[in-house]
Amino acid sequence: MKITRAQVERVAQLARLALSEVELDALTSDMDAILGYVDKLNELDTDHIVPTAHAVPLENAFRDDTARPSLGTDKALQNAPAASDGCFLVPKVIE
Amino acid sequence: MLSKYEVVIGLEVHAQLTTDTKIFCNCSTTFGNEPNSQTCPVCLGLPGALPVLNKKVVDYAIRTGLATECTIAPRSIFARKNYFYPDLPKGYQISQFELPICEHGRLDIETAEGSKTIGITRIHMEEDAGKLLHDSSEGSRVDLNRACTPLMEIVSEPDMRSADQAIAYLKKLHQIVVYLGVCDGNLEEGSFRCDANVSIRPWGQKEFGTRAELKNINSFRFIKQAIDYEVQRQADILEEGGRVIQETRLFDTASGTTRSMRSKEEANDYRYFPDPDLVPLLVSEEWIEQARLELPELPAAKIERFIKEYDIPRYDAEVLAAERANADYYDALVKLHGNGKLCSNWVMGEVQRALKDSDLAIGDCPVTPQMLAGMLGRIDDNTISGKIAKKVFDAMWQSGKDADTIIEEQELKQVTDLSAIEPAIDEILAANPGQVAEYRGGKDKLLGFFVGQVMKATKGKANPAALNELLKKKLAGE
Repeated sequence: MKITRAQVERVAQLARLALSEVELDALTSDMDAILGYVDKLNELDTDHIVPTAHAVPLENAFRDDTARPSLGTDKALQNAPAASDGCFLVPKVIE
Repeated sequence: MLSKYEVVIGLEVHAQLTTDTKIFCNCSTTFGNEPNSQTCPVCLGLPGALPVLNKKVVDYAIRTGLATECTIAPRSIFARKNYFYPDLPKGYQISQFELPICEHGRLDIETAEGSKTIGITRIHMEEDAGKLLHDSSEGSRVDLNRACTPLMEIVSEPDMRSADQAIAYLKKLHQIVVYLGVCDGNLEEGSFRCDANVSIRPWGQKEFGTRAELKNINSFRFIKQAIDYEVQRQADILEEGGRVIQETRLFDTASGTTRSMRSKEEANDYRYFPDPDLVPLLVSEEWIEQARLELPELPAAKIERFIKEYDIPRYDAEVLAAERANADYYDALVKLHGNGKLCSNWVMGEVQRALKDSDLAIGDCPVTPQMLAGMLGRIDDNTISGKIAKKVFDAMWQSGKDADTIIEEQELKQVTDLSAIEPAIDEILAANPGQVAEYRGGKDKLLGFFVGQVMKATKGKANPAALNELLKKKLAGE
């Protein structure tokens, strides 16, 4: 086994996914199969290969530090499930 | 009990950069506008929006790295730091993890314990989160104007061994980022924030103790309070045979204590990975050299130059160079006037006093270096005395007129040829026969009394040196 059910539960919790028992079982075996396949890569000698950070051969994409008009409060909140006084409204967060 | 343990402190500083726009979009970073008015699909985290790096942020990070003797990475990448919180619209913060832009720097600090070098582990660029408001009964309100504002996180090595060293490090770092102009340094508005990692260990032990991370410290004064409290708390735990647990603790400014945050975030696993939306950042040698050329003179160099070129004591140079605007004012003044020490006395004395009284920053000083140099010139050529100069200074401050105009309007030109006021002196001596007799009987101190009387009669315009001499003569009966 490459991955345990407990690990899948942990990852699901971190991603805030509520999975049923059936889904957990299915995902555990699917992910195990995927990782088993990825494991094949370990057969390659990658000691002198720089880790890939990006798949596209591009670098240095910049923007200038010049302000442009923003969306504005109304548009920004247009799709908010709940809003109050120009702000997104979320359940009370207590630190 | 504390002497049994050695204190170990490492600091993480978040400095908000003074760019006009956010780090990955062109929304303005202006503070204090209507909530969510400065947002766009990128900083709202809307699906499909693509972040593009603000070049000035990179420039500022390079400058800060150079000023703290860091190595600038020829290639660095951005990573996603994943966690859920309502002030983080995307569910991840774009930061740097592996391959940050600057590493292996240092900062030299001075404390009563002596000088010390504090290592800088790394400096990386990242975006700020939004702001949560807890003032409503309906729930928490989220303002994303601050989301995606550029930050530099500057991480020190655990090299500090006392709260004083931590404060010295922070002040030095604060001074540097403000000198560089990359951060406005406003602690109250949160432009310069500090988290402290604090642990203790028995003297001689090599391994570090378990550390607590102290958050929410927004003044230099609170740093000392928070660290001192935390050190005592950990020592108490160890003395009772307990174990310090690794956790994040919030400093409570009202009680001066720290308390565990006990939030679910403690179990965090950020699962950093390279952000596929952002391409690698390559910094060429030319770019670094260009940034090096554009670095302003930093405090340490300025202090040495002031001492050498302007011939002032180290104490003066340190006070003057503490703030860049102050140093620039002094520099301009000496270049116009020439006498380093006289200028230093005025900038540290009258100028600071007047600024404090009017609650102004030196940048808004109504008496420009040109005006002050003009007035100091009138002291040099004996037009006014040092004492009258203070009056002229205040008048310049109030009216914005130059010294010559004020001296003429208020007839403040000092009288060096005292023949004109001799009658007044004779009158004063005649009116105070008792004091004259006492003076002649050996009470030399009374000279000051006579000088005061004459100054009062002449509205302070008599040249003090000439007056002293004349009075002595007259009192001696010549």
